[in-house]
Amino acid sequence: MSSIPPGPRMIQLDGYVPLLGASEVAELRALASRLQGRTVQMVNSTSVGGGVAEILNRLVPILSELGLAVRWDVVTGGDDFFEITKAFHNALHGGPYTKPPESFAVFLAYTEQNLARLSMDAEFTVIHDPQPAGLIKARRHNSGHWIWRCHIDLSKPNPIVWGFLEPFVTRHDGAIFSSPEFSRQLPIAQYLFYPCIDPLSEKNLELDPEFVQATLERFQIDPKRPILTQVSRFDHLKDPVGVVRAYQSVKRYTDCQLVLAGGGAKDDPEGGAVLEEVRRVAAGDPDIHILNLPPWSALEINALQRGSTIIIQKSLREGFGLTVTEALWKKKPVVASAVGGIPRQVIHKHTGMLAHSVEGTAYQIRYLLSNPLIAQRLGELGHEHVRENFLITSNVKRYLTLFLHLLGQC
Amino acid sequence: MRTADQPFQFVTASYLTKISNCKASNLDELGKGIEACSDASIFYHTFQNLSRHHFLTEGYSNDFAQWVMASCNGHALAEKLASLDIREYLSLGDLRNDLRRAIVEYCQAHPHGALQPSFEPFYFLESLELSVPLGWEAWSLEQFRESLERLSNASFHFHFIASRLRLHLRTNDFSLWFQTGLGLEELAQRTNRIDIYTNTLVSARQILMSFIDEELSR
Repeated sequence: MSSIPPGPRMIQLDGYVPLLGASEVAELRALASRLQGRTVQMVNSTSVGGGVAEILNRLVPILSELGLAVRWDVVTGGDDFFEITKAFHNALHGGPYTKPPESFAVFLAYTEQNLARLSMDAEFTVIHDPQPAGLIKARRHNSGHWIWRCHIDLSKPNPIVWGFLEPFVTRHDGAIFSSPEFSRQLPIAQYLFYPCIDPLSEKNLELDPEFVQATLERFQIDPKRPILTQVSRFDHLKDPVGVVRAYQSVKRYTDCQLVLAGGGAKDDPEGGAVLEEVRRVAAGDPDIHILNLPPWSALEINALQRGSTIIIQKSLREGFGLTVTEALWKKKPVVASAVGGIPRQVIHKHTGMLAHSVEGTAYQIRYLLSNPLIAQRLGELGHEHVRENFLITSNVKRYLTLFLHLLGQC
Repeated sequence: MRTADQPFQFVTASYLTKISNCKASNLDELGKGIEACSDASIFYHTFQNLSRHHFLTEGYSNDFAQWVMASCNGHALAEKLASLDIREYLSLGDLRNDLRRAIVEYCQAHPHGALQPSFEPFYFLESLELSVPLGWEAWSLEQFRESLERLSNASFHFHFIASRLRLHLRTNDFSLWFQTGLGLEELAQRTNRIDIYTNTLVSARQILMSFIDEELSR
């Protein structure tokens, strides 16, 4: 078990004041004033990479700055442990579970190892996802307040894996889900915490227009013609081929360009195959820019989103869809599939356009290209929607409110 | 400068959203769900919706109406549900009854539509409210305006919209204090008439500030 000190980044809470207003930050301080010195322990399975670590990297320093005594721990294990938890993850999403029955004993053995190394004595313990779920065994006589934060879609889990994990989950005081669609009937309280983005992270911070321009030029994208962009890894579920088809349909009416920016094709055999298929369908069109970017390209992704005319997210299945959140925050008109958490963000005709097919996607893009004022209005309302509901500060507020609720204050 | 006997105490509210185990997949189930769900759920889908989506002034103003329109294609019922003005209600029970009645009547008139599966299910959620004093108080209209300007949207919603349920009166915290604290009857009435459906929380507050400025310039 390794412990991560709070405060790895230098962004202070007051850094959010220009974006959100002093009153929003003052409100966080008012809520936190009742929780001064209270101990909080966050536990997950990695300190770098992945959405959970990204959120904790900001959440932990902010809660610390607000006066809570926050500790972030990471469970450790061998390759076999993480292979099993990866299989759990896929199975909880509804996939088959092909590991042998002994895999559950391996999971429990690593859980015991972690329990031996870790002191689980915080007043509020938040366990993120299935990997550390067994740590609930450390709880004695209902001591402290334990919450299980589920970042994945649990609506249709594989019954074998869920049957194994459920007894651990239901010993918590409550579970947090990212969307009501991802929850399931449980005998414990369930709370809704939307995923969030950090407006001050490299992916989302305001950029100098010259940097945006330079980035477009670097990738040989013409800033003078409309740019349609989808940011996602090269995965069948993100339907990049469908995006190319939609673009080809739009191109018959408007001279535009398509950017498919993503990663995961180098180290993922399936990603490589998808990338090849996309290249084949693109058929050498010079206006289709397929960018297979390394994981450290946050600023470039930010610039590509900001330089785009329309952002597309034509997923066939989706989690919450934080790339949509990022685009809305940048005031971009979005055309996206009505799957997963996307309809929570894209309220059709209010904060963006929803589509259900290649043809629908193409039509909505054409509509927005022909009606730039409407596109602009959608972008502005989308920005407000994110500001109210999907920023890291909203998440901080939810945690503070939850802790106060667990103390019986609401 | 007119001074009140009692100061206006500014408070903010934070809401925790609970996912209930109840959902509806057609209009009939929606009606039954509304009948069975908690007051906290009615609050979430009506009063609190005006905070979460305050920046949208063109759509339906409660979640029930929005779902009926978007997932059930029931435009007439959606309009009926949207027309229920939360300002007219002093209790969530009364609001629940009217919502349920509108749905039941529609289902009786359109029995096929009542059982037609929706595109997406409706999830009943609940709001748990936590109010926190901000430690700001105003004894005069000048002081009140100063605080109003730096108030968060959540705090404005708490005093201006959610307050009806707390007060059990067809008014709001601001109007009540203008009237009883400062004796400003006309300002109280004008404030209470600000349309919370066609304004955002930001624009409603701007209107209120303009009313106060007019009052102060007299």
